[in-house]
Amino acid sequence: MYVYDAFDRKLVTERVSDFRDQVARRLSGELTEEEFKPLRLMNGVYLQLHAYMLRIAIPYGTLSSQQLRQLAHVARKYDRGYGHFTTRQNIQFHWIKLAELPDAMTDLASVGMHGMQTSGNNVRNITTDQWAGVAPDEIEDPRVWAELIRQHVTLHPEFSFMPRKFKIALGAAHHDRAALRIHDLALRLHHNAAGETGFEVMVGGGLGRTPYLALTIKPFLPARDVLSYVEAVLRTYNQFGRRDNIWKARIKILVHELGAAAFAKEVETEWQSIKDGALALDPAVVTDIAARFRYPAYETLDDSPKELAQARRDDSRFDAWMKNCVTNHKIPGYAIVTLSLKPEGGTPGDATAAQMDDIADLADRYSFGEIRVGHEQNLVLPHIAQRDLPAVWRALDAIGLALPNVSFVTDIISCPGLDYCSLANARSIPIAQELTRRFHDLDMQRQLGRLHINISGCINACGHHHVGHIGILGVEKNGEEFYQITLGGKADENATLGTLIGPAVPYAQVADVVEDIAAAYLELRQRPDELFIDTVKRTGVEPFRERVYAAR
Amino acid sequence: MTSPLDQKKIKITGPVVITANRVGDGAVVYRSADGGWTTKLDGAAITTDAAVARTLVAAATGDDLNAIGPYVAPVKLLPGGGVWPGNLREMIRHGGPTIDLSAALGA
Repeated sequence: MYVYDAFDRKLVTERVSDFRDQVARRLSGELTEEEFKPLRLMNGVYLQLHAYMLRIAIPYGTLSSQQLRQLAHVARKYDRGYGHFTTRQNIQFHWIKLAELPDAMTDLASVGMHGMQTSGNNVRNITTDQWAGVAPDEIEDPRVWAELIRQHVTLHPEFSFMPRKFKIALGAAHHDRAALRIHDLALRLHHNAAGETGFEVMVGGGLGRTPYLALTIKPFLPARDVLSYVEAVLRTYNQFGRRDNIWKARIKILVHELGAAAFAKEVETEWQSIKDGALALDPAVVTDIAARFRYPAYETLDDSPKELAQARRDDSRFDAWMKNCVTNHKIPGYAIVTLSLKPEGGTPGDATAAQMDDIADLADRYSFGEIRVGHEQNLVLPHIAQRDLPAVWRALDAIGLALPNVSFVTDIISCPGLDYCSLANARSIPIAQELTRRFHDLDMQRQLGRLHINISGCINACGHHHVGHIGILGVEKNGEEFYQITLGGKADENATLGTLIGPAVPYAQVADVVEDIAAAYLELRQRPDELFIDTVKRTGVEPFRERVYAAR
Repeated sequence: MTSPLDQKKIKITGPVVITANRVGDGAVVYRSADGGWTTKLDGAAITTDAAVARTLVAAATGDDLNAIGPYVAPVKLLPGGGVWPGNLREMIRHGGPTIDLSAALGA
């Protein structure tokens, strides 16, 4: 966990105090909505279809049990008893009253949480691998660098009014679990040939109306230069990004219209002028930030304790959960446990206040008080001693959170869609719910293997539909909901945008279409271990298109 | 449904009401005939005349203290005399999310 200091706490508290005053002035009529809107957005307060929505950042996806309990408290006291974990390591509350928002924010500030820069044309919540700091395949903990950048860009006046929002993600493993290539700016930690640590810098990714994957503009940036280089990228974008057309304002348009080489040249020129100035990182600063990440006092344990093997033999449900939800940890004798928030008939990413409290309790008892949030809208207990896995499973099973469907067809990423969102054209959640019912049989899910369905209710693509193995995009045609289907997208280190298979299908046919696609895959795959995404890559979308549209 | 947030021209092909969100809690409200706001759709002022709708929107926009973002929304007049939202977006605004929240949350 990162430990906030007095400066951090003062900043957050002062911001809440400012917002309390702004809300009072809005309610008294002293501020018009036109004047108030940019102020509330700066604090993560949106107006959705039926109510205000508060979006709270969970920087680099790391939560303490104390913070999760406070989120439960906010859900219970100010909302309707639940929250929604998003695809960008945020949580949203969808039913908050304006007059109560300052109190809710005060309660959140008491545990170092806030909604600053979860809206507006600034640098949004900086995200990373939800297994950061515990994944065996990472070269070091990327959160140290994420925190450095977060501190630098928080309330940075130069980057508070950019052409559009700006999303940064970091990773530190070969396997990309942070969807790096779909970000405005992505930084991948790696070692160069000399063994030095630095970043591959990628810019210009993003989904939405014009989807692009980020392009590498610097294969190796020495780590000490990360702040100055990020500043150079932001400054270049701020200078050249379009402000005349909201649909062309993201950095992806600038990078792809200008060309990656030309954009990189502009950045390089700016960077050369600032790289040896105040932003050149003193190793002592990095050491100081790193020291504020407190790691658990792990015990010295052996991997694969005997009692674990016995427990797996004794209970097939536990064994199934172990195979699906439990991953190796970098420390011997420990494991990473993923908690699926994708129950049959549920809303992807939603958790009740009671579940949040229960998870916080489990984190305290078994995971050194720490929880992670992934962009797939699941949670993680990152430090479970392997000997405790049977007990953790029993506890999770008792509260419905031991679902062994992680990365399966029912582990669906979905935006809130037209059920909540004022931008949406079509519903997302009911589509996801129907699919979880159609594919509820776990044997079928295992047979289909890794298969990611991503659903967005509009072209803004909060549900990352372009990078779903099966992507579903809601559109409107003559007042009716229709859905475009794409295949072959993925968000990992081999990120790919999906291919549209044909005309949009009506709401009532979406689940049938997905069943047809799944059936076609089972027929087309060459071996049981050929993943869906690999079959699509090998065959192209044509055989799937034929199957889907022949019957319609 | 196409978002009405950027509604610039008022085109009317049937009965409409003026709707907005209440400042205090964001709840969906409808402009009533007496120039106030109501959460009940059947209490809304209904018109089929674009000029009247424009006048209603203009008045509603002036009431910034109570309501946010007023716009014209279609409604259907039921044979029995009731009023119903005219499209899915307005149905969801009127009736809430279409999902069963208690079931979805396992409550």
